[in-house]
Amino acid sequence: MALLTVNGLCAYYRTEVYGISRTVRAVDGVSFELYPNEIYGVAGESSCGKTTLIKVISGNTKPPLKAISGSVDYNFGDYKVDMLQVSQEELRRNIRWKEISYVMQGSMSVLNPVRKIIKTFEDIIDTHERIRDKKKFLEEAQTHVNRLGLPTEVLNAYPHQLSGGMRQRVAIALATVFHPSLISADEPTTALDVVVQRGVLQMVKDIQSESHNTVLLVTHDMAVHANVADRVMIMYAGRIMEEAPTERIFNAPLHPYTQHLIRSLPMIGERSNKASLRGTPPNLANPPGGCRFHPRCPFVMDVCRTEIPELVLVRERHRVACHLVKEGSQ
Amino acid sequence: MSANEKMLDVQHVTVEFHIGGLVGGSLLVAVNDISFSLDSDRPEIFTLAGESGSGKTTLSRVLLGDLVPTRGKVLFEGRDVALIRKRSEFKEFIKRVQPVFQNPFDTFNPLRRVDAYLFDTAMNFRMASNRSEAARVVDEALRNVGLSLDEVSRRYPHELSGGQIQRVSVARALISKPKLILADEPVSMVDASLRMEIVNLFRKLRDEQKVSVIYITHDLATAYYISDRIGIMLRGYIVESGPVEDVLVRPLHPYTQLLKESVPEPAPKERESWAKHIDLGTTEVKEYGRVGCKFAGRCPRVMDICRKVDPPDVQVGRQTVKCYLYKDSASAEVS
Repeated sequence: MALLTVNGLCAYYRTEVYGISRTVRAVDGVSFELYPNEIYGVAGESSCGKTTLIKVISGNTKPPLKAISGSVDYNFGDYKVDMLQVSQEELRRNIRWKEISYVMQGSMSVLNPVRKIIKTFEDIIDTHERIRDKKKFLEEAQTHVNRLGLPTEVLNAYPHQLSGGMRQRVAIALATVFHPSLISADEPTTALDVVVQRGVLQMVKDIQSESHNTVLLVTHDMAVHANVADRVMIMYAGRIMEEAPTERIFNAPLHPYTQHLIRSLPMIGERSNKASLRGTPPNLANPPGGCRFHPRCPFVMDVCRTEIPELVLVRERHRVACHLVKEGSQ
Repeated sequence: MSANEKMLDVQHVTVEFHIGGLVGGSLLVAVNDISFSLDSDRPEIFTLAGESGSGKTTLSRVLLGDLVPTRGKVLFEGRDVALIRKRSEFKEFIKRVQPVFQNPFDTFNPLRRVDAYLFDTAMNFRMASNRSEAARVVDEALRNVGLSLDEVSRRYPHELSGGQIQRVSVARALISKPKLILADEPVSMVDASLRMEIVNLFRKLRDEQKVSVIYITHDLATAYYISDRIGIMLRGYIVESGPVEDVLVRPLHPYTQLLKESVPEPAPKERESWAKHIDLGTTEVKEYGRVGCKFAGRCPRVMDICRKVDPPDVQVGRQTVKCYLYKDSASAEVS
C-alpha cells in the first residue's frame, strides 16, 4: 500500500498586481507514489518546483500558491487524509509532526535563538500532547537525543552555541520525536560542509532503517542521491522527467536531461571534459510548449515542440517522459 | 623579469582576530603561517580548498589587500600588498588582480543594468577613452566568456540566468586584462547544469589568456577537475598541498583522507564505504583554540605529540604535508 499517492497535481502561484495577472506553473501534472520504508529522492535545479511540491504535499499551501487540480492522498494505516481538503486545525493537531514532519535547509529558523534547545522540545511536544510530568518528559527527550547519537548537553545549549551540523541534527531530532510516517527534508545539508553533510545524512539513514518510515529527500546534489536514496525522481521545469531506482538512474538513464545531469558530474580521479547544457532553465511563468526540455535537448524532434510527452512505464519501477522512449521498451 | 620570477609570493601570512571584551576575550588565529607562490611565466589554477571556517575567505581578503596580516606579507610582482596606500597605486594593483565573488546576484545592483558596470570598469581602469572604444573592450571581454555585448546590453541582473550573470562577472574581471583572478566560491550559487560552463571558463582563461586563477572552494570534485595545484586548509593552516593528482588521489594527511572520503561519489557503487560512521565535533570554536594539530581531536591516528606541538611541514614526494606521521619518512615513498 502506498503511503502517499499524488495524482496529476498542478500547483500554481497566481499573483495579480494592478490588474496584471501572472501564473507561475511551479508544479504541473505531477503523479507519483511514496511507499513505507524507503528513501525517495527528488532532484532538479533551482526553480524546477521541488520546494513547491514539498509544500503542497505537506499541507503548507498559502496564497499565492494554490493547488489547481489533482489529488494528494495519505494513507496512514487506518487514518486516511486528503491533504488538499483537510482543515488547518486537523492538520495542526493530528498530522504535522505526528504523521509528517519537515526538515528544512536553515535549521536556525526552526530553533528559537533565545531559548535553549530543551525549551523548543517542550514547546513542540506540549502543543501536541500536553506535558503532565515534567521529569518524565526530560528523561524522554534525553533518551531520544542519545538514541540519535547526540550528547545530552545539546539540550541545555542555545542554538548559536552549536555548530551548523549539530544544529541540523537537532532539527532532525525534533522532526522525529513523534516517529512520523513521513519525514520531508528540503535541501537538509546544502549549507553544510562535506564531512558534516555525511554525518547528518548518515543519521537520516539510521533513523529510517530503524523506524522503517519514509523519507522524502529533496536536493539538487546528485551525488547525495547516489549515496542515500532508494529511488530518485528527476524534475525539470515543474514536471517529472524520469523516475527510477537509484541504480537505474545512474547506470541506465533514459531521459536526455538525466543523461546530461549524470554525465556532467565532476569526479575525483577523472578529468575528461565535461560540458554544460546549452541554454538556460525556462521561466515557469511562460514555459515552452510541448516537452519543457525541448529548447535545450540535443535530440529534439518536431513532435517535442508541440506534444507533451507522457510519463510512461518503460520497465518495472522506471518511468520516463520522453518521445524517444516507448512504453515497456526496456 | 627573470624566468622564474614569482608573480604572487605569500610569505608566512598570519591573521589574528581578537574576540570578546576589552579586557578578557580570546585570540582567534584565522590564518596561520601560510606560504605559497605562483610563478609569473607559468599560468596555473591554484585551489584553496577547505570547509567553512577554515580561513579561505580571510586569506583571500589578505591577497586582495583588503586586510593587513598580523604577521607575514604578500608580495605581488615584488611589491608588498599591505603597503599600497596611494589610490593610484591601488588601482594599478587591482587592475592586475581581479576578484570574482560567490553570489553574482549580490555583485550587481538589481536596479542597475549590468552593462553599465562593464562600461564603468572599462572607463575607470582607462582601458578606453570614449564610449565606443569602451564598447569594443567590453564586447571583447564578453566574447571571452562566450557572451556578447548585444546579449547583455540593457539587461538587468534578473533577466539573466545564474550561469550567464556569473559569466558576466568573470567578464567584468577580465576587462582590465588581469594577470591573476581570485575566485571565491564562484560556482556554489550556480545550477548544476550551468556549473561546468563557469569551471570550463577558468580552464580556457588559463590556456588562452594566460591568466592565473586562485580558485577558492569547498567542492573537491570541481577542484580536481580544473586545478593544477591545491592547498587543503583546516582551521587556518594549509595541512597538505601539492599537485592536485597527488593530493586528491593519494591524500596523505588524515584530514584530507577524511575529506576526500566524505565527498559523495555521484555513483551508487560506493554507498557502503560512504555510510561508514564518522565522528563529528560538537562545536567548531574548540578546534581553533586547540594546541598542536587542529585535527588531533578527530584524527584516527592521533599520537601524544600531536596534542602538544604544531606539526612541521614534511615533504613527501611532490606533496607537502603538515603531519607527524610522515616526519621520519620524509622524502621516502609512502605506500
